[in-house]
Amino acid sequence: MSEASFPAVRFLEVSRHYGAVKAVDTVSFDIADGEFFSLLGPSGSGKTTCLRLIAGFEQAYAGRVLIHGRDMAGVPPYERDVNTVFQDYALFPHMSVADNVAYGLMIRKVPKPERRARAEEMLEMVKLGDLGGRKPGQLSGGQRQRVALARALINRPRVLLLDEPLGALDLKLRQAMQMELKALQRQVGITFVYVTHDQEEALTMSDRIAVFNLGRIEQIGRPGEIYEHPATAFVAGFVGVSNLIDGALAARLFGQPAAVAIRPEKIRILPEGAPAPENAWVADGRIRDATYLGAASRYYVTLDAGGEMVVIEQNQRSGAIDTLGAIGRRVRLSGPLGEALPLASERAA
Amino acid sequence: MTAHTLAAPPPARASGAGALQRLSTFLYRHPMLALAILLGPPLAWLGGVYLGSLLALLAQSFFYLDGFTGLIVREFSLRTYGELFTGANLDIILRTTVMASVVTLACALIGFPIAYYMARYAGPRLKPLMYLGVMLPLWSSYLVRVYSWKLILAKEGIVTWFFAKLHLLWLLDAILSTPVIGGPSLSTAYLGTFIVFVYIWLPYMILPVEAAIERVPRSVIEASADLGAPPRSTFRHVVLPLAIPGVVAGSIFTFSLTLGDYIIPGIIGSSRPFIGQAVASHQGTAGNIPLAAALSVVPIVIIGIYLAIAKRMGAFEAL
Repeated sequence: MSEASFPAVRFLEVSRHYGAVKAVDTVSFDIADGEFFSLLGPSGSGKTTCLRLIAGFEQAYAGRVLIHGRDMAGVPPYERDVNTVFQDYALFPHMSVADNVAYGLMIRKVPKPERRARAEEMLEMVKLGDLGGRKPGQLSGGQRQRVALARALINRPRVLLLDEPLGALDLKLRQAMQMELKALQRQVGITFVYVTHDQEEALTMSDRIAVFNLGRIEQIGRPGEIYEHPATAFVAGFVGVSNLIDGALAARLFGQPAAVAIRPEKIRILPEGAPAPENAWVADGRIRDATYLGAASRYYVTLDAGGEMVVIEQNQRSGAIDTLGAIGRRVRLSGPLGEALPLASERAA
Repeated sequence: MTAHTLAAPPPARASGAGALQRLSTFLYRHPMLALAILLGPPLAWLGGVYLGSLLALLAQSFFYLDGFTGLIVREFSLRTYGELFTGANLDIILRTTVMASVVTLACALIGFPIAYYMARYAGPRLKPLMYLGVMLPLWSSYLVRVYSWKLILAKEGIVTWFFAKLHLLWLLDAILSTPVIGGPSLSTAYLGTFIVFVYIWLPYMILPVEAAIERVPRSVIEASADLGAPPRSTFRHVVLPLAIPGVVAGSIFTFSLTLGDYIIPGIIGSSRPFIGQAVASHQGTAGNIPLAAALSVVPIVIIGIYLAIAKRMGAFEAL
């Protein structure tokens, strides 16, 4: 079998425990060569530990970690063909930006002129061409982030690991960097493994996402699949916002006692007593609270049948400034039956 | 009167506010006054008592002792400094500087591994114990410890006994018969002075080095490994350069403390004087205060030169 036919990273029933805490609990997945793969989950869900297992900072207690088909048991970080962009960037404070970027080449004893040329090239690529002489302490957060990226890419790794690299940046910069990272990944064509707790970031950038919770994977899939067809209640709640309808309420609303999730943007608010549309469910209730978000408004509706639903409506007309006036109004909610997503009652153990 | 200004104070919230609260409010509105009250006394101490006496000392070093009358001539002169460069005084300066350098080097070599272990490997239970071990000697009397070393190093002491038990007396004798550093016994040799100096000042090296190594984030060390550096390269290119400011801080302690000490060489070692002893005898029995002052300036100058070299070599770039 040629090396190319191996997945870039393969986890086979990998576990990593800290004392009694199962940080990673029997996790298996494959990451294809050249894929942008995100590990998404709340803090403490095991996503960062998985990344550290790939980098070699942690060793698996059970199971196997393979990189391009090679078992990584006992292989130290400095012998692995992967590089990491750290959450805090971890730049060497006593070296210039150019020396930071060229560090991997210096360790590999690449001759100085080539080192300098390639470091310059990398800095050009991340648009920091003229800052090579500065110290990391003299850079802004966004610039440091780019230096960390250039430093990790200069070794031309086959897998790049990114540990919440955009977490410390402000919103605008983060969105710009998301686009740049994605473009960069297409340009260099290597596998990106991206850890984040930001579901929007994961949806924006990834080819595929693995959703982590309590050390296990809840679901692996393309962003659209994860969002439109969440496999479990956890995924439905963590990726985007969902109205989780338990079996009892579902029985009253849809006549079927199976738990479902309904996205707030897939519910319409109709006037009280409006006729039920075809192939749609309806539920009557009263708007308990409302918030104006600019592009949209969010309504909290207390249902007569019990429970509450969140509804998001696009503010397509400027009449939406009256959002708050809707509080207390009686309404009828409706949505297509097909958009009520059935959930696995308990995630498969 | 209804005239009011923009700066008019708001009415007090409670009419019965105590005097203390009114004082607090007054100081809140006059921050410069509050600053002056807080900083005044320590600055007066630092400027008047501390720097003042140092300047007085410096001034003394420009007077000179009249050789015939034995009186101090209070006129500006560089004669006393000229005396520093005569044979005996130059010997003292050289002897002290060499000893201070060697002691500093030994403290760095012994202290670094201990500090490294404390900062990077010692667990939460071991680390406080190690801190205790490093600092415990500082809590007992300096004199008691130096006299204990006198006994330990004496010809009838435990070191000789230990060598004898191992049938290695010939080795001890060989060491003691080395010219310059040797002598009749360890407690009367330069080697003994050196051992006690290293023992006494070692904590002052370990603590700043430990603090410097502890400040190196784990992720930086992981980043080095991630970029392909095996542990020894990581140590050389990352840990050591980041620890150097700590070593320099520690060496300032060990170096200047050795330069100024006059008790240890008086108790342990050959009876040839160090700067501290010379200062003590010149300002005491000999009554040559200008020379004592000039000798006191020597360590200040040497430390200044040392810091300038350290800065030029980039020791503080990681600060």
